[in-house]
Amino acid sequence: MEKIIDINHLKKSYGENEVLKDIDFYVNKGEVVSIIGSSGSGKSTLLRCINLLERPNGGEIIYRGENVLNSRQDINKYRTHLGMVFQNFNLFNTLNVLENCTVGQIKVLKKGKEEAKEIALHNLKIVGMEKYINARPEQLSGGQKQRVAIARALSMEPDVLLFDEPTSALDPETIGEVLKVMKELAKTGITMILVTHEMEFARDVSDRVIFMDNGVIREEGTPEQIFNNPKEERTKEFLKRFLA
Amino acid sequence: MSFEVMKDIFIKNWPFFLRGAGITLWISIIGTIIGAIIGLLVGVVRTTPIPESGAKRTVLKVSDRLLDMYIGFFRGTPMMVQAMVIYYGVASQFGVEINRIYAAIFIVSINTGAYMAEIVRGGINSVDKGQFEAAHAIGMNHVTTMKEIILPQVIRNILPATGNEFVVNIKDTSMLSVISVTELFFQTRSIAGSTFRFYEPFLITSFIYLIMTLTVTKILRMFEDRLAGSKTYDMVEETME
Ligand SMILES: Nc1ncnc2c1ncn2[C@@H]1O[C@H](COP(=O)(O)OP(=O)(O)OP(=O)(O)O)[C@@H](O)[C@H]1O
Ligand SMILES: [Mg+2]
Repeated sequence: MEKIIDINHLKKSYGENEVLKDIDFYVNKGEVVSIIGSSGSGKSTLLRCINLLERPNGGEIIYRGENVLNSRQDINKYRTHLGMVFQNFNLFNTLNVLENCTVGQIKVLKKGKEEAKEIALHNLKIVGMEKYINARPEQLSGGQKQRVAIARALSMEPDVLLFDEPTSALDPETIGEVLKVMKELAKTGITMILVTHEMEFARDVSDRVIFMDNGVIREEGTPEQIFNNPKEERTKEFLKRFLA
Repeated sequence: MSFEVMKDIFIKNWPFFLRGAGITLWISIIGTIIGAIIGLLVGVVRTTPIPESGAKRTVLKVSDRLLDMYIGFFRGTPMMVQAMVIYYGVASQFGVEINRIYAAIFIVSINTGAYMAEIVRGGINSVDKGQFEAAHAIGMNHVTTMKEIILPQVIRNILPATGNEFVVNIKDTSMLSVISVTELFFQTRSIAGSTFRFYEPFLITSFIYLIMTLTVTKILRMFEDRLAGSKTYDMVEETME
């Protein structure tokens, strides 16, 4: 197994508040890892540390054998290898659907317009949004926005996709369409790290589930282990609250 | 009533009114455009996140300080006084006579820049943080993020304020008559001097100012609507691949 990302002793504090306490975490190529845990346990912070939207206070993040926290590393280049999907979509407001999916390819990856468009259309088709290339974000529903956001991330042809509660801001009716797209993606063998409160979904798609609690990884294992035979008291409590 | 007098003055002097109005408009347009560009650049520099260490930190800290002084000075002193200091200052210190129109454009630009810098800063800070994060997450550096993602939103948001500056500039160029720029107010004063009438020429001039400011306001409103984009979009039935 090839570890794409290997994190050791990761620490992050906001002032006095120690949010991540000595996290060890890895993801293998092609693996789908879900991170669950109660609110404030540090799930988002971990995900945001992985692509350096938050700067960790200590530890290392090894990507392809290099510690990206090393100051000589090109952070922007590293980030192109990670696709991020946000809870609030964060589509670029002034760009239409197609441009949202091409701007990174053209301005960061320096691809030609035609090639970028082709890749964007391919990915928009995967998420079922190819008919909406001329629409602006404000004209789309939440579910549609999130599908475009997924296509935008895919268009950078990343090694790993990061999802931070991609369905939490959606209406119940549109959650399904986004989960369906993500499920299809998971099957294609792309590496995914997913923070979610959708337990059914996590059980369904994950190769491995991580339970975070109070800034530490309390327990991890296969979905069967975590959901059917949790060992830790805290995990049991959490699941009881969630699956009830 | 002086309507006859007014008509008479206008018929005899209209080329002067027109030339004055033209120069007023010219100085205001160029001054607003250059000022807006200065404001954008200054606003971008002042909202650049300061790194925790390194040479870039020092450079940013120093430039922030200088830009604060620039903004403080030009917002804190009357343009009329700035015009005197800059125009006569350059003349006496360097012994060169600068072209009055260029001096006027310079003063209006740098003044507008100081005001616009604050407006731009507010505009940048009001853009949703998620826009920056999404741009950074696909690997854009600060400059690309600003250019491609943030500034188009900022420009749209500050357009009304820029239009406002333009209108203010049309009126405030009258202060440049202190350095004998032959804009509308200066021309009117000359006409008043040669006709020995004050009320009528300035009444005419107030109409000319009003026409200019109202027209500009109207045009900018149309421009804002255009920028907001169409309300609908076309569905694409067949896509190539
Ligand atoms: N920018 C910040 N400044 C200060 N504290 C922060 C910041 N971001 C997060 N925190 C704190 O860090 C802790 C962990 O937050 P985080 O967002 O990682 O939790 P989470 O597990 O994602 O929770 P949720 O399920 O509610 O999204 C919380 O106590 C939060 O208040
Ligand atoms: Mg979170």
